[in-house]
Amino acid sequence: MSDIVIKVEDLSKQYRLGEVGTGTLYEDINRAWHRLRGKQDPYLRIGDTNDRTKRGNSAYVWALRDLSFEVRHGQVLGVVGKNGAGKSTLLKLLSKVTAPTLGSIRTRGRIASLLEVGTGFHPELTGRENIYLNGTILGMTKREVRQKLDEIAEFAGITRYLETPTKRYSSGMMVRLGFSIAAHLEPEILIVDEVLAVGDADFQKKCIGKMGEASKSGRTILFVSHNMGSLQNLCDSAILLENGMLTYAGDTRSVIDRYLNGKAGAEEQRNQVSFPEVDGFAQLLEVNVEDAEGHARETYYYEDRVFLRIRYVLRESRRNVWVKFTLSRNGEPLFTSYDIDEEVLPVKRQAGEYVARIALPDLLKAGVFSVSLSLVEVGRYFDEKVDVLKFDVDDSMSDTADKGYRMDKPGILRSSLRWEYQTHPIPAGASEMD
Amino acid sequence: MKSQHWDSIITPQARLLDLKLGEIWQYRDLMFLFVKRDFAQLYKQTVLGSLWFFIQPLLTTIIFTVVFGNMAGIPTDNIPPMLFYLAGITNWNYFADSLNKTSTTFRDNQQLFGKVYFSRLVMPIATVLFNLVKYGIQTLLFLLIYLYFVWKGAPIAPNAHALLFPVLILLLAGLGLGFGLLITAITTKYRDLVFLVQFGIQLFMYATPVIYPLSEVPREYRLLSLLNPLTSVIETFKYGFIGTGTFEWAYLAYSAAFTVVLLFLGVVTFNRMERTFMDTV
Repeated sequence: MSDIVIKVEDLSKQYRLGEVGTGTLYEDINRAWHRLRGKQDPYLRIGDTNDRTKRGNSAYVWALRDLSFEVRHGQVLGVVGKNGAGKSTLLKLLSKVTAPTLGSIRTRGRIASLLEVGTGFHPELTGRENIYLNGTILGMTKREVRQKLDEIAEFAGITRYLETPTKRYSSGMMVRLGFSIAAHLEPEILIVDEVLAVGDADFQKKCIGKMGEASKSGRTILFVSHNMGSLQNLCDSAILLENGMLTYAGDTRSVIDRYLNGKAGAEEQRNQVSFPEVDGFAQLLEVNVEDAEGHARETYYYEDRVFLRIRYVLRESRRNVWVKFTLSRNGEPLFTSYDIDEEVLPVKRQAGEYVARIALPDLLKAGVFSVSLSLVEVGRYFDEKVDVLKFDVDDSMSDTADKGYRMDKPGILRSSLRWEYQTHPIPAGASEMD
Repeated sequence: MKSQHWDSIITPQARLLDLKLGEIWQYRDLMFLFVKRDFAQLYKQTVLGSLWFFIQPLLTTIIFTVVFGNMAGIPTDNIPPMLFYLAGITNWNYFADSLNKTSTTFRDNQQLFGKVYFSRLVMPIATVLFNLVKYGIQTLLFLLIYLYFVWKGAPIAPNAHALLFPVLILLLAGLGLGFGLLITAITTKYRDLVFLVQFGIQLFMYATPVIYPLSEVPREYRLLSLLNPLTSVIETFKYGFIGTGTFEWAYLAYSAAFTVVLLFLGVVTFNRMERTFMDTV
């Protein structure tokens, strides 16, 4: 018996851009007219590849194009790709939320998809009622939920609040509860979107552990994430999507490398990016990485100090608008910094153009680094630029073979620590080194 | 290569006549939880929320009594106007509420439908079930007022046709659901038609013998009025409980046939739309 549980063949999905709903009557009539005369659908032939940077000529776009792959039983497959590469579309098709335009998906076994945690939670219902509701939405029967109820509540750590309406829950509790329900689904195939991006680190770990358990018990998992760390931990193989097409498949490490280096696509290393002006009271204008002398470089030696420069404009004086950036190494976030971290809210800023220069900590271990930035207005991100800057830190020029911070040693930071010693001589009689 | 067995095959085109009724059964627990959720929502809002069940039909009845009974002088077959209108309104409301609420299924649930797959039909059916409970409560109100008028000695002659009541409920539910499914599917695609719906339901009420008896419809329009599948349902109700109205097995059979065909069409269109509606909302 073949052990392939998901077989995707020539899968394509076309979307219509712009205002949907008006003019569709005309197109449908046109379509029907073509069909009546035995001709091909006139709207299927057109369509651009899904490249956001280029302005397409047609109102239709292929979010996915001719995707084919297979997933074996027990395999944990990662799906990697930039925003807009078609990952979410693929998940939507796999979870039957929407139907493909062309091609087919064949599956064997019960599928549960987790595009969001806590789908269908109703704030007025108690924790217990929501477990039932969400569990049945995800495909469990009431009996199955009842059997696992205690376990679910315990895993989420909300046993005490089972009879409390979920509107009184903290957002963390909601997320934990949502994931806990999903984790107890026991489907044969589990499809997970970046739900792990929420929740605190401890819980994330617990979830990844739970998913790892699931895969060991023979469950097939399809996992989409921007967090290369968890992809690496969890998946044994991965596929890379670019502009709606599958461009590379292989073991996780090589796919991640390819994705990060951007070698598979036309993507280049970017050490300096400027953004076109748009409307709005504030926006990022230009960002770059540079060395101590102010030269923008792509590659830094591991002992170099690296600086980040951010130029942005505030067109109106505002309270509580700030800038944040996140530095990631090999796709795994290292830290996030706000420019107001050292100040006390409310912060008032006059209109004007600002340039900030930040010295990145002297801890960068060899690897591929990327910077995501955004402006923040109390509780809301805007003008988000994800992984917009990229640079390398390299140690291949020097001999780090005998160093603790060599690239392939455990750990994500490079630190040359000062070891302070107190030495006690060994009493006489013991052997000495010659 | 062995031939393989697949549990699920997703392709662009689904079989048209696959009604997916089995899936409804599979998700029956969810369906009842949705009904429960709707109630929780209602209860936890306000006291008035549940009182509204009674106030709304009563107020409408009073307004109708004043406007159509007293001012326009539309006869009610010698039945106390209050009872006559309440009978019509209670039944009409069940149909109209079910239709109204199910006709926005896709729009109201796009958040949920966009994230997870379950039998979509469960949602509108849950709505109709929820309205059924509301209908039951309103029917109790009707019965109370009914008994009051019986006690007062009004010319009320109930008969065995009142036993058809469960059938009438099924027909009202089926018609409301059927129209609702069709409308939600069509308006998702052709959004311009949304505005017609509200208006259409209003007109529909006046085309149905809710505030007037069928016997008052001029002979030449009688057949036209009977083409409306709701006509015989509401007339049968009035005939069975109050003793006035028109009842013919043929009329009721027509309504039943209409309901079955409508439901079938509704489910087929709904299922078809359900597959891709996320791309259009």
